[in-house]
Formats: sequence, C-alpha cells, structure tokens
Amino acid sequence: MTQLMNENGIRCDGRKIDQLRSVSLKVGVLKNADGSAYIEFGKNKILAGVFGPRDVHPKHMADQDTGILRCRYHMSPFSVTERKSPAPSRREIEISKVIKEALQPAVILKDFPRTVTDVFIEVLQADGGSRCAALDAASVALADAGIPMRDLVAACAAGKVANQIVLDVNDEEDKEGQADMPVAYMPNLSKITLMQLDGILTPTEYKTCLETAIGGCKQVYEIQKKALMEKYFENGGQQ
Amino acid sequence: METIKRRYVIPGDVITTGSCRPEQNVYQDGDRIISTSVGISEIYDNAVRVIPLSGMYMPKNNDLVIGKVIGHSSLSWEFDINSCFVGFLPAQDVFGRDYSPTKDELKARLDKGDLVVVRIANFDRSRDPLLTIQDRDLGKIESGELIKIAPSKVPRLIGKRGSMIQTIEMATKAMITIGQNGWIVVSCEDPVGLLKAIEAVKMVDAQAHTPNLTERVKSMLGVELGENNDTINE
Repeated sequence: MTQLMNENGIRCDGRKIDQLRSVSLKVGVLKNADGSAYIEFGKNKILAGVFGPRDVHPKHMADQDTGILRCRYHMSPFSVTERKSPAPSRREIEISKVIKEALQPAVILKDFPRTVTDVFIEVLQADGGSRCAALDAASVALADAGIPMRDLVAACAAGKVANQIVLDVNDEEDKEGQADMPVAYMPNLSKITLMQLDGILTPTEYKTCLETAIGGCKQVYEIQKKALMEKYFENGGQQ
Repeated sequence: METIKRRYVIPGDVITTGSCRPEQNVYQDGDRIISTSVGISEIYDNAVRVIPLSGMYMPKNNDLVIGKVIGHSSLSWEFDINSCFVGFLPAQDVFGRDYSPTKDELKARLDKGDLVVVRIANFDRSRDPLLTIQDRDLGKIESGELIKIAPSKVPRLIGKRGSMIQTIEMATKAMITIGQNGWIVVSCEDPVGLLKAIEAVKMVDAQAHTPNLTERVKSMLGVELGENNDTINE
C-alpha cells in the first residue's frame, strides 16, 4: 500500500490537503454540437457535447408541458489502464442518472415543450473524481448551447485520507482512502444539487468535508466563468 | 433620457438587486435579478434584460424566416427553421383552397432541400409553428449563398433603422435576405461583391457585442467613414 500522506501533510501527488488539482476548461470545442466543453481536471480528460432543444425520439418520451433533459456518461475503452467494454456498465448508468439529476435544477426547460436536450459526456482519460469533472464540463456546455439556466453547476469532491479531510481526491486516494464525497453546487444560489458519500465520517468530519467540497466548487466556478467569458467576450469580460 | 447600463453576464450572474422589472432571459430570486444566459445585460427604465449570445431561434408570430424543406406528408411540408420546433406549411397555402392530395403533387412545387422565405403565421407552445408564403417577397429562393449566424445577432446585422444592412448592400451591390432565425441568403451578380458581403455578414456575427461595429464594417468594405454613399472601392 502506498503512503497517501507524509508527515508534513503533503499528499501522494504533492498537493496540500486543501489544494485542487490543476484544472483547464475550454468552451466550444465541437463544431457539430450546439454546445460543448473540454475539461482537464488533473489527469481526467473529458469531453461534453450538448444537442438541443430538439425533437424527442422516441416520441412517447415527449412532455407536452416542458422540455426534458437526457444525459449519457460514457467511458472510452482506452480511458482506463485495462480495456473497458464500450457497453454501458452499471456504474455508467448510475453516473448518467446522478449527473442528469444534478443538472436538472439548474436548467429552465419550460419554454421548450415537446423537446429534449441531450448531454453527451465522453471520458477520454479517467483519474478519480470523473463525475465531478464531467458535471463541470456539462454545465458549461449547456450554457454554451444557450439553454436557459438558473446558475452554473460547479462540482468538486472532498474526502477523508489518512484521517484528514482533503479536497479533491484523486484516483489513488479514492481507492485507498477512507471516504469520498462528490458535491455539485450552484454558487450564486448557494444550493447543492448532488451529494454522495462513500465511506464513514463522524458528524463533525461530515460537516468539514461538505464545507471543503463547497470551497472546491467555488474555485471550479471561477474557472468555468473565466472559460465562458474567454469564448464569448474576447477580452475576458472587461468592457 | 436615462442611460442604459450594459455588462457581460453568464448564467447565474446577479445583474441587479432591488425593485426592477425582469424581462427577457432573466429571473427574479427574492430581490435579486439573475441572468439565465450568456450575453449582455441591459438595465433601462427600471427593466432588466439580457441579450443572449447563444441559443436557438424561438418562433414568434409574424416573423420572417428562411426555412429549408426537410420533407412532406400528403397535406403539408415540414421545414427546418433553425429552431427546436419543426415548421409546417399546409399544401392549401401554396395550391389554393381547391387543393386535392390525389391531383396535386407537392414535390412539383417544393422539394427536399429547397430554401424558402416564409412567415410564421401562428405559433404557441401547444403546437408547432404554422408557416405561410401568402405575402409579398415570400416564396422559394432560386439562387444565393446561405449563411448561418446566431439568431440573437440578427438585430445587429440589420442595425438601427436598417443602417448596417443598407451599408453592406450599397457597398457590395448584393441582395441580402435576412431571416429572423439567423439564416441569411446573399445573392449578387458580381462574385467579388458576393464574397465581400459574406465576409461582412460573418464579421457582424463574430463581433456583434463590440461597439462601433458599423464603422469597422464600413472600413472593411472600403466605404468612407461618416458618409452614407454608394461608391464601391474596387
């Protein structure tokens, strides 16, 4: 077993306990999609594409009163060290569902009855915390597609590693650590849209962990904001 | 006159707080007015709105749009109008009231892939937009080059009282048909003029959010600044 944290509080990848991995985000990378984004979150490399609002197929899924949101999270066969079957696994189906439910409170689809907005997420390279990174990219891609949104959704995980609460757990810490808590958050509305917890935390640790994750979400939000401003306003939003 | 306050915003940005009237692309959360789109916020006469820089065309009654035939049934044509809804043009609108599905062939008038200038006759959220070609200047487009721009940038392409489009048309001698759905057809006998007109339209699309655009388009087209003339710089 590798040592996850040294005596100086430095983690296995050289980060401090409250430090995010390096994040880069680019908006509008796919020509054929209505909106798209590419995120590199540490070693995660994820592409998100949004289509719609458009006609619903199969027709029976259409809602006469509002538009619907569909989400597909998929890992490429080459995204992990051992080839992954391209068929949707139990884990991918679950993540597609939680991402959809995390984005749902943010989008306003009542003006698009009988339509669907499709979000496709392709994980090109996976490294712990891919659902959070996928959500970050998907939320920006939705804004790029011009879907009305109450707020952007920023997501980041926190966890417990070597008896310490740390921000943004990586793949190694996720596997060997004691707890992992992905959180998605709407920063301007101060509302949580996704919170999962894998592991055991005391009530105090739980509180600290949630606060740490929200702090991470706020950092990610600034990156999302900058990426959108760069795409739409060349001078980065300075008027 | 009160000045208009403008700012670049993204979804979730608080534009203002206090008693203001929320208009397009914003919503009210308590006393905060928040943007729902990427765009430029405007505060004027106590009203707040956001001009979006992305997004699809939302059909409105009486809008003139350019549509592409994507198919037909025995009673109507279906049009792609660059929107989340498919437009319907009833066969009776083209053949008249004595239209008979057994006698008249829809394909003979409009076929798949044809571009048509249509008007939105009726649209509400309960049904798909109904189109018409019963008006002056409506009907099939025979020739020209199709350009797609963001629907939200169409007002900028037209300009104040049509100033921008007049400038481009006069300088290039091109005929430009603008659909409110962001589809533009440019036709011109002179190939150089055609290319220049296309370049100008694309320039407006790319730089719609920046000030003094008309001046820059004029200098790109070689029209003298501050003068409304029709001379062409060859």
